Amino acid sequence: MSVTIKQKNNIMTAQIKGEIDHHTVPSIRDAIDDAFVCAENVTELVIDFSEVTFMDSSGIGLVMGRYKLAFANGKALRVINLSERDYKIMKMSGIEKLAKVSKKGE
Amino acid sequence: MRKINQLKMIFDSRSINESFSRMAVASFCSQLDMTVDELGDIKTVVSEAVTNCIVHAYRNEIGNIYITCTVFENGVIRITIRDKGCGIENVKQAMEPLYTSLGGDRSGLGFSVMESFSDKLKVRSKVGVGTTVTIEKKIMGKVK
Repeated sequence: MSVTIKQKNNIMTAQIKGEIDHHTVPSIRDAIDDAFVCAENVTELVIDFSEVTFMDSSGIGLVMGRYKLAFANGKALRVINLSERDYKIMKMSGIEKLAKVSKKGE
Repeated sequence: MRKINQLKMIFDSRSINESFSRMAVASFCSQLDMTVDELGDIKTVVSEAVTNCIVHAYRNEIGNIYITCTVFENGVIRITIRDKGCGIENVKQAMEPLYTSLGGDRSGLGFSVMESFSDKLKVRSKVGVGTTVTIEKKIMGKVK
């Protein structure tokens, strides 16, 4: 599991690679939060799931937590490149009412 | 239903075993020539149930997690995930979507996800004794 952080203009993208479960979430969360807190002039946080090979409901908690962090700092959150399965799991939480959530190829 | 094969395993309630346990069960079930989606469903339900054992049942200790996976002749897979942890006082409440006793980054959707990706879900629990989650799924397999 790894997280690659990139910033282009005002958008910070965190690309997660590997499996998301209760065991891996703490290090993913810390990598995103540390970069997000230190970043300057960021208006939007994008979490890219294109390289995620597995996700259970721990992924919902991860995204919800990042939404709260972004919202508290006046920033937007976007989740992109979810697989069909991960999109179905993510939608159970209602997160799509708070943040832009899209599947692979959208 | 006639049993044709069975896997039994016992492992520590350490979070590093979440990945191992779902892979082991999925690997055992793959004898049924499942689709990638069905394999994903099995991995997801096992991951949710095992995480519950680690996070809730044995929250302050390391205990044993027991998994039995049975393959039946008609293509049904039954997986039981059992712990001897603290037990659930109110199973109905625990299974409600978004309910979580822990807060933080827990979504409270573990049982909802398990229900969504299986055909049958049964939860039996006794405070101080432990919890048994039984999941059944009919494998349709790859279209030949």
